[in-house]
Amino acid sequence: MNKIQTIIDKEWAEVFKNRVVLFTVVFLPLFFTVLPLVILYAMGSNSGNSDVVDMPPQFARMCGNLTGTACTQVFTVNQFMMLFMMLPLAIPVAISAYSIVGEKTTRCLEPLLATPITTIELILGKGLAAAIPAIAATWAGFGIFAVAARFLVTNPAVYARILDPMWLIAVIVVGPLMAVAAVNVSIIVSSRVSDPRTAEQVSMVIIVPLLGLFFGQMAGLFLLDTRLILATAAVLVLVDIGLVYLGVGMFQRETILTKWK
Amino acid sequence: MIRMNALTKQFPGPKNGTAVLAVDKLDLQVDKGQVFGFLGPNGAGKTTTVRMLTCLVGPTSGEAWVNNLRVGRDDTAIRRSVGILTETPGLYDRLSAEKNLTIFARLYEVKDVPGQVAKYLRMLGLWDRRDDLAGNFSKGMKQKLAICRALLHEPIVLFLDEPTSGLDPEAAKLVHDFISELKTEGRTIFMCTHNLDEADRLCDRIGVMKQRLLVVDTPQNLRQQLYGRKVVFHLRQSNPALVGLVKALPFAHDVQTVDSPTGGKIVVGLDTPETQNPVIVRKLVEAGAEVQFVGELRHSLEDVYMSLINGGREP
Repeated sequence: MNKIQTIIDKEWAEVFKNRVVLFTVVFLPLFFTVLPLVILYAMGSNSGNSDVVDMPPQFARMCGNLTGTACTQVFTVNQFMMLFMMLPLAIPVAISAYSIVGEKTTRCLEPLLATPITTIELILGKGLAAAIPAIAATWAGFGIFAVAARFLVTNPAVYARILDPMWLIAVIVVGPLMAVAAVNVSIIVSSRVSDPRTAEQVSMVIIVPLLGLFFGQMAGLFLLDTRLILATAAVLVLVDIGLVYLGVGMFQRETILTKWK
Repeated sequence: MIRMNALTKQFPGPKNGTAVLAVDKLDLQVDKGQVFGFLGPNGAGKTTTVRMLTCLVGPTSGEAWVNNLRVGRDDTAIRRSVGILTETPGLYDRLSAEKNLTIFARLYEVKDVPGQVAKYLRMLGLWDRRDDLAGNFSKGMKQKLAICRALLHEPIVLFLDEPTSGLDPEAAKLVHDFISELKTEGRTIFMCTHNLDEADRLCDRIGVMKQRLLVVDTPQNLRQQLYGRKVVFHLRQSNPALVGLVKALPFAHDVQTVDSPTGGKIVVGLDTPETQNPVIVRKLVEAGAEVQFVGELRHSLEDVYMSLINGGREP
């Protein structure tokens, strides 16, 4: 445990001195937290009544007794909440890309691998160092959003929809699962590239399924609900198991020293 | 202290190609307290051998023991008991010198982390620069910091891969002095180097490697085995009669003459110059020669090395 803590300390001490990583970890959560709040504020100060006709029919049906404006508020926030879920994917990718590829290019991995640390301790240390800031930023951002939204949304029904259990599951359960997937994708990508920016860009492919959900719902192909979120969590558990298996296989001492290019 | 028995490492070839044999049936023993120099051209398998002994890569076949611990079975214990200076310093450039060492001291489970870090920073003359980022250090300072890192947990066996590579003479001397000091502490040092002068001065024994171990012995014995002992007699003036006189001596072999503007030199191969030199000097003086100097002809380790590498001599 002590060694895992040492690796985490080392990663954070080093990686947060990198401006790109710092920007991703600080600016991105701030942006995804403030943006829906600004939209809520703008919509709240707009006294006009929107029509639900412009919305996907499933969503309009789900609104039930809500007014057009309230329904539009819920829909818009829902869309942004999905983007908000990008944090547990983007942050670990940025941290891992710099911590693993950076260490590879500066040849820092060999002395580290020569210490009595076990492979599992090393992967856990690096993985947690990348995942913890992502999960913390996601939870903190969601917390700030939930508290601030209370002051911006006057309609209790709208507020209840914003704090739907679906989003709590998404943030508390799906977020960490996404972070685990992102860390392992980064490890796998890092073994094949020799530049942190390339690693980050290639690893960002993991965001594509989330964007698919975003545009799918916007186009009215499906409606994100608790059932779909739980199904996503179940799929992610399986994906994570596979990715962890692959990642651990690629993060063996001999593999790193002889096969990583 | 370090023992290898038919230690072999083969790497898979590039995409269905034939396998690459990096180390072939290496048999070698390094005793406690010895400084062992491991020489060989690039790609000879030196670094792979060090990586196998420090449990970074596994052997394909054969066995190895380090500090009575078996490679492949006691890997974590071996890593705990050895220190390694890798080919490149591999420091965290964005962290201070002190932070770099603190991280490794914690990973090596050092009891008094601040104490050990301070001890080696002072010993290598980096104490005043402890708060500076490692990335701002010169190459020599980085190497010194990497040496500190290898010693933090007081390993009894130390692997040094090219310890003075790229260092200026002053920094290299400091590293040499430090290695000599470590030797007096009774540590076993296994050193890969291309610097033959360094190996000659620091190592008790050297091994020359080219996939296989070509030869292993003390630097002096290697010179003697390859070239024998030769003595140069500097005369004010040489002539064929004097050379013939020396050639006629039953113990003298490989007699050669070298003419020089300052006189003539006779180079004579001798088995025991200590007892045979006076006989030759006496004979030469009796024959009217004026002997100016007598000295042993020393071949450099470089001569030995080049002869082994190019000739592929077996041990």
